[in-house]
Amino acid sequence: MTNWSIILSIAKTHLLTKIKQTSIAALGVTFGIGSYITLVCFMTGLNTMLDNLMLNQTPHIHIYNEIEPSKKQPVSLYDNHNNSFNVIHSIKPKLSQKKIHNALPIIKYLENDIKVRGALPQVKTQIFYIAGSIELGGNLIGINPMNEAKYFNMGDYIVEGAAEALQNTDNGILLGIGIAKKMALKIGDRVQVSPINGGVFPLKIVGFYQSGVADLDAVQSFTNIKTVQRILGEANNYITDINVKLYDMEKAIPLAKKIEQQFKLKAIDIKTANAQFETGTTVRNLITYAVSITLLIVAGFGIYNILNMLIYEKMNDIAILKATGFSGKDVQFIFMSQAMIIGFVGGVLGLLIGFGLTSLIETIPFKTEALPTVETYPINKDPLYFIIGFSFAMLSTFLAGYLPSRKAKKIDPVKIIRGQ
Amino acid sequence: MSIVLEAKHINKYFKKPVKFHVLKDISFQIKKGEFASIMGKSGCGKSTLLYILSTMDTDYEGELYLNNQLVSGQDSTHLSYLRNKHIGFVFQFHYLLSEFSVLENVMLPAKKLAEKSFQEIEHNAIQKLKMLNIEHLAYKKASQVSGGEKQRVAIARALINDPSIIMGDEPTGNLDSHNAGNVFNIFKQLSYEQGLSLLIVTHDEDFANKTDRIIQMEDGKILL
Repeated sequence: MTNWSIILSIAKTHLLTKIKQTSIAALGVTFGIGSYITLVCFMTGLNTMLDNLMLNQTPHIHIYNEIEPSKKQPVSLYDNHNNSFNVIHSIKPKLSQKKIHNALPIIKYLENDIKVRGALPQVKTQIFYIAGSIELGGNLIGINPMNEAKYFNMGDYIVEGAAEALQNTDNGILLGIGIAKKMALKIGDRVQVSPINGGVFPLKIVGFYQSGVADLDAVQSFTNIKTVQRILGEANNYITDINVKLYDMEKAIPLAKKIEQQFKLKAIDIKTANAQFETGTTVRNLITYAVSITLLIVAGFGIYNILNMLIYEKMNDIAILKATGFSGKDVQFIFMSQAMIIGFVGGVLGLLIGFGLTSLIETIPFKTEALPTVETYPINKDPLYFIIGFSFAMLSTFLAGYLPSRKAKKIDPVKIIRGQ
Repeated sequence: MSIVLEAKHINKYFKKPVKFHVLKDISFQIKKGEFASIMGKSGCGKSTLLYILSTMDTDYEGELYLNNQLVSGQDSTHLSYLRNKHIGFVFQFHYLLSEFSVLENVMLPAKKLAEKSFQEIEHNAIQKLKMLNIEHLAYKKASQVSGGEKQRVAIARALINDPSIIMGDEPTGNLDSHNAGNVFNIFKQLSYEQGLSLLIVTHDEDFANKTDRIIQMEDGKILL
């Protein structure tokens, strides 16, 4: 039997005659929600950027042959020493090949797995960059440029040139930017590299690579798998590493374990490799949530305060309404709807302010050596944050309005009328 | 003649600061069309009785009938509905919603009742204002009209739902003699012309003497 049109018209009159208080309450919500949205979009934008910096380049599972001592030393194979206490000094790692045995069939097998997006072979080797009489130590990684670009966003880190150029150039090299600077090289120049076992190979520079980690860029370069195999004088089944990218990162741990067992290789999953990185992300997210919840609670208290004052001012009105036949519920609804209107108006304005501020931040230039692809501050304009912000505006105004309005509901009109 | 309001053995205690028996076994009836007044000294319990009769105070013993239906013990939402439909109220202080216009003040109880369309309600409200000679104030803010006019607006508001009974708590107590006479004449007119029942608590002996019936109270009892 609630007559909403009259309740809303009374609420509206109350709000409009106290327009200053109303707008201050609404502005409290607006700034709360606006800054919540700005903060969350900005923080998660930065977080995502940092995550991507790491995750895009990192394989979900990295498979290689680990150089390590045999778990079972020869002495334990000898039955006569079975019941004795054996002490072995200076254990040496087992001599094994760097290459992955049967790498090509393993890649084929992995690519048939439905969980796997791509399995890319790599050949890693130590080389020297030769500049006149100076030899600079470094790594050369043989890759499949197009696939690296597709699965590991390699294109983002090529500052000059392109992955296609490497694919199409025989004896091309994608030089680390640090080496290029040291040796004063530019695209089109030739650089001589020499593997550990001797020989000198001139390679043509097709582009520069900048990972953002200066130490790495000073040693690491890329070329085609075939080029490396030729430099090393190995056959085309010589593969030292396999990088696996999955559809779902969470499945990396079980799959890595399975691969280790099945192929007797070392398989490191991304979570194990970047454990401390995960902790950093979690802590940053925690800070974001803590700050935004604080903002919203402060806004909520503002509304609570103003509605409380409004109800004290309106004691007489409440008594009259009750005397002329409005029930306690009606009175409660009048004040609740005032709170909700404040929340709604403030929330909508907050969305607009949040949208405006994030759009503004998105245009501010942000250039850093470490992040060659980033040009402006990163913003994660996820509609979810706008929905959460607005819902919280409504929720907090509901709670902030509920307590004072329940008091209004319980006011005894006789006490007010006789008290005068 | 039918009975509009009937009180049977009503007792009321104030519990704070000490237990005090305010109303002692009050029983009486108001018939349709009757213009009754309650007289008595300050503190004899006449206002307390009025608020029990108005259904706003529910903390009492005894039975209260409105139009021969038991009111005591009903839930507060239903009591609000009964107040809205059957009881019109006029207070000593005018108690209008100061932020609303005179017309809106008058229309409010009818809008709450929601038995008529907006146009009908507006038409009725203007009729009531015309009857009380204040239709020229209809669109003024309630806070901008004089004391005597406010009381007439309050009467118009009390009449808007065509109630069974009008209750007044010293409606003339705050008015000068000219305006008090005016308000009395309005009540008298309503009683005779429209057969409305009225129950008015008053201090004013002249006012009481002109009503149909005086209920004299002393120390929480009715003197016959």
